[in-house]
Formats: sequence, structure tokens, C-alpha cells
Amino acid sequence: MSVIVTDQGFGPETRIAAFLTLDELRQSETAGHALDLAPDADPEALAPFLDRLALIRIAFPAFSDGRGFSIASRLRLLGYRGRLRARGHVLADQYGHARRAGFDEVEIDAILAARQPEEQWLRRANWQDGDYRARLRQKPAAA
Amino acid sequence: MYSYDDFDEAFVRARVATFREQVARRIDGSLTEEEFRPIRLMNGLYLQLHAYMLRVAIPYGTINPVQMRQLAMIAERWDKGYGHFTTRQNIQFNWPELRDVPDILDALADVGMHAIQTSGNCVRNVTADHFAGAAGDEIEDPRPTAELIRQWSTDHPEFLYLPRKFKIAVTGSPNDRAVTRAHDIGLRMLRDADGAPGYEVIVGGGLGRTPMIGKVIRPFLPKAELLPYLEAVLQVYNLLGRRDNKYKARIKILVHETGIDEVREMVEAAFVLKKEAFPGADPDLVAAIEAAFAPPRFIEGLMYAPLKGKARVWATTNTAAHRHPDYAIVTVSLKAVGATPGDATAQQMRVMADLAERFGHGELRVSHEQNVILPHVHRAHLAEVHEALLEAGLGAANVGLLSDIIACPGMDYCALATARSIPVAQEIAAHFEAREREIGPFKIKISGCINACGHHHVAHVGILGLDRAGVENYQITLGGDATESAAIGERPGHGFPAEALIPALDRLVQRYLELRRDPSEPFIDAFRRLGMTPFRDALYPDGGTRDAA
Repeated sequence: MSVIVTDQGFGPETRIAAFLTLDELRQSETAGHALDLAPDADPEALAPFLDRLALIRIAFPAFSDGRGFSIASRLRLLGYRGRLRARGHVLADQYGHARRAGFDEVEIDAILAARQPEEQWLRRANWQDGDYRARLRQKPAAA
Repeated sequence: MYSYDDFDEAFVRARVATFREQVARRIDGSLTEEEFRPIRLMNGLYLQLHAYMLRVAIPYGTINPVQMRQLAMIAERWDKGYGHFTTRQNIQFNWPELRDVPDILDALADVGMHAIQTSGNCVRNVTADHFAGAAGDEIEDPRPTAELIRQWSTDHPEFLYLPRKFKIAVTGSPNDRAVTRAHDIGLRMLRDADGAPGYEVIVGGGLGRTPMIGKVIRPFLPKAELLPYLEAVLQVYNLLGRRDNKYKARIKILVHETGIDEVREMVEAAFVLKKEAFPGADPDLVAAIEAAFAPPRFIEGLMYAPLKGKARVWATTNTAAHRHPDYAIVTVSLKAVGATPGDATAQQMRVMADLAERFGHGELRVSHEQNVILPHVHRAHLAEVHEALLEAGLGAANVGLLSDIIACPGMDYCALATARSIPVAQEIAAHFEAREREIGPFKIKISGCINACGHHHVAHVGILGLDRAGVENYQITLGGDATESAAIGERPGHGFPAEALIPALDRLVQRYLELRRDPSEPFIDAFRRLGMTPFRDALYPDGGTRDAA
């Protein structure tokens, strides 16, 4: 059983649509679909179909494989406005980074959820604090 | 120099609190050792041969007396009374206990310091010219750029789990003292034809197992576009850098295997997207950072006499020209013959802090050559500074000479080492000390293993310590250069067992002394003029140039 982690903590799966393959997505003419991406996926290939997607789920086979963060960033730069989910071996310690990189939520399995219970994730829900990159865009405080 | 504002202060405090919690979660099993490892590394904590090692960040090598005294306190309270200044302008403590580390991090936060991202597969300490803001040959002070990159890269959500470490260096002078061409990204500040400021961006330099000189990816990048451009390079690297082989995972391999032209195309395409969404830092914030690095109010009209005796001799090697004619840049040599290169005791750190406070406008630097710099010393004070340094065992008058050796910690400390480097450095320094002024400028760098932390590839004479059938064997390279004329040293032939190394170096030095045009031609120039042959012949008089198997 998967656990979906958001700023509010643990929750059940909320997705409605089935996951399509890339070919199915290309052939579809409707919107609101879901798509799985591997960490070696090329985000550019999705560019023409982003408006057909409501959810993109990016795999993290190992927490140390940070490609998903750049895939998420690239999808947002290409104009994707739907939900982005990081799925797999994502640590509570990475939750804030995932949110800042453009993810809306994280999906973990029951084993990881047991080892890193909800309160460890909730402690990272303040992901907008201490964001140097966001701070750089702001004017310095008046002296 | 830059000082922390409320945001920086809150960030380091929260970081320490988080690390305390992470240590607790490691202990209770929430985090496996494998999961804890990058967290530990991104807080500067290595596991080495004998103990944990804590690598404290000294951003772009700039530190003030209060901070230096705190390092002295940390060395005494939680370590064995000394620290080691590194080839990336950081300081390492070799003996902290894990349970003390959160307290050490708090003590660092008390003075606006940290150990954030000094290790791990992320952007590391941004290094810069250790003479920044003081040298007369500078186009622009590189440190505001380095500070901007530091802030941008700290806890950057996209770039904390890269294929491998990522090192950035900045030079503001055409005389590159920051080894930029051997970095993952090297930035050289310059002006375009209209005088507008910008950077030449180099990518894919690096030493280690496969040393490479970086290639120019962008000959001129306007200054304001720096951060989105860096994001584009890092994004391409993060997506495409190899993750199958730790030794092929740096960006230099991506550039080598894909080609600089294709990498450039991908980066420029990513840059277009990045620039739109993230134009970079607010100009007022950039201006505030630059203002923090305004030069000190130099003393005017103070008379001074020429130096005499030992002080005069010391000044010929240990001082460099300052942009202000009455001032000098002082390099405090941490290479006393017989001592460990780059190490300073707590007491020595306090002496340097006091000198900076009394005579140095409150500023110190750490150089990648493992020495400490007082960048702004009025010439009227040099004699007194020298006297104090002598008393503290910091008076070695050898900067740039043969005994000013860069050495990695080697097998005495490091689990990765294949040979000892420190004793070799000490022996070489002792052997040549009496003749080093006659020999002239001579850069020896020693690495205790193939990872090249001693930067031996870019030494005039590089020494690499290897293990051959259980016995230490030292491979020499010649003609390396860490400056703007960067070059990787060449191997003349087989390595030498420990006892044959100094006789070999004797023959090499002797040959140089015989062949140099005159004492004003340093070894590296003679090597460039004459080529490898006469020096190879000197090293291997019996013609033994077979390759080490």
C-alpha cells in the first residue's frame, strides 16, 4: 500500500486516471491523464503533450539518484502545470527539496513509511523557510 | 567581508538542529547508514582511517580574526589542538567524536561559519583567488561572485544528489591563482569590448584519476546572467552525468565523451528556459554583497624604512605586491621544515588572528597552497609581523620555494591513500632547505593516491605515491602548471621506491642548475624551453624508462 505525502502529512492515493504509456499518451486526444517517467526520461519528448497530463510520476529508484529533481524542474520550465509526484526511495529529509524543485507530493511504500513515520515528514513541511534561491530574487531588507 | 544577516544566521542554526535530529534518527534506525552517509557528508563529516574528519567551510578562503580564534578553540576543545588547511581553502579537523559534532557545528554557527556541503555529491566550497581585493593585477574582486554562488548553491533543491561532487573556482585576475582550469566550472572575470563585465566560463577541468584541463564553453557570459547559466550547466550534468561508475561520474567525463560542442548546445538550450524562469539575483542584493567587500580604509602617509636582515630575506619570498604601494600581501608559510604541510596549532591560529587584527585590517585568507595570507599589511608593520611569526614557528621564509610543498594528508590519515605523503614532504623539505634560494621558484606537490588531492598533476614536479606489491613507490611528473597556462605534468618514466626518491630529485635539480640560462630562469621555464629529454635522462641515468606496470 502506497502512502502519498503532502504538506498535511500522510494520505491515501487520490489519483483517478490510469497511468498511460508514452505511446498511448501520444495517441490520446483527451486531457487529464497520468504518466510514469523513469529517471533517464527525456522531458523534452513530453513537451507537445503536457496539456494532456494531470499527473506525472517520476521514479526515484535510489534516493541518491537526483535526476528526478532536474526532470521536475525541466517539466515546470516547459510549462507543465499539473501535479508532479516523486515516487520511490525518497527520504523525509528530501521532502522540502522535492517541493522546492517543483513536486507537489511524494509517494512512498509502506515499509519506508513505517521506518520514517509521518511526524518526520511533517517536520519538513516548512519547505519555504531557509530557501536561499528564493531569497536571491528578493530585494535586500531596508537597512 | 561578507557577514551573516538574519537569514544566514537562521539558516545555519536550523541546519545544526536538523543535523542533531538526523544523528538521532540514524541511531534509532529511521535512517540507514547508506541514507545517513550523504547527509553526514553534506554536513562536512567524513569517516577516515582513524576517526571522523570534519571539513569546515572557509568560503572563498576568507576568514576574520574572531572566526580564526574560534577554530583555535574548536581545535583545543574537541580535537588534538591543531587543524589542517586544505587545497580547497577549507580547514579540516582530524579527530572529532561523532557525538561532539553538533556542538562543534553550533560553535561554528556562533561565528558565522559552517561545514555545509564541504563534501557530498553537490556543489562544494566555491574557491577564489587568495589575493582577491589586494593584488594589483585584478580586473575585479572575485569574492562577491563566489559569495553569490555560495548562497545560490546552498541547499539548492535540484543539485544535492548529483552524479558526483562539483567544484567551482573564480579568478578576477588574468594571473590565475585559483586553479580555475582544473575545476568542474572555472570562471575568469573579464570585460568585453565595450567594458561590460562578465565571465569566461570553463567546464570540465579536474585532476584525480583522469586529469583534464577545462574547455571554454562560453567565452563571454554577461555578469548578470551567471546564476541561470550555472543552473543550465548543472541541470545538463545532473541529467546526463554518468551514474554507473564513480570514477567516470564527473562533468569532465561527460564533456570528454559527448564533446564540448554538443554539451554547449544542450547547456545553451537549457539556459534559454532557465533564464526565463530564474533571471538570477536581484541587482540590489548583488550590490549589497559587493558593498560588503569594499576595501579597508588604508593608512595613508605612514613612513617606513626598508627591511633588514632576516625580515628582508623573508619578505623576498613571503610578500607580494599590493595594489596600494605602501602595503604588502603577506603569506604566512605553514610549511616549516619538519612540520606537517598546511597544519597550524591552535596557538599559531591565535597568533595569526592577532596579527590580522593589529596589522591586517581584520582579514585573513587560506590559499589552495595550504598557507594563510594576511592580504593587507602596511610595509611599516612588516618587521613586527615577521618577528611575531618567527616566535610562533610561522616564520619559514620559503613561499614558492622547494620546501613550500603541497601535500595531501596521505596514508597517515586517509583511508583512500596508497602511500604516505607527509613524511616524504618533510624529508624533501629538509634535504633541500639549505639550497632552496639558490634553486629558485619550484612547486612540488605530493598526492598519496591517485585521487590527487595534493594536486600533483599541476605541479612543476608532481609526486604520486602508489603501492607496488605492498611497497610504497613514487611516480614523478614534470611540467605541470596550475595557472592560466594550465598544463598536466608528464611522466618521464617508472616510479621510485622511497629511498631512491630524494637521490632522483637531487639529479633533477642538479641538471636544472646546470642547464638554466641564469638564476632568473625558474625550473618550469627551463623545462618548457628544453623539453623533457635532459630531465628524463637525469632522472634515469641508466635509461630505465620502462613504464610502471
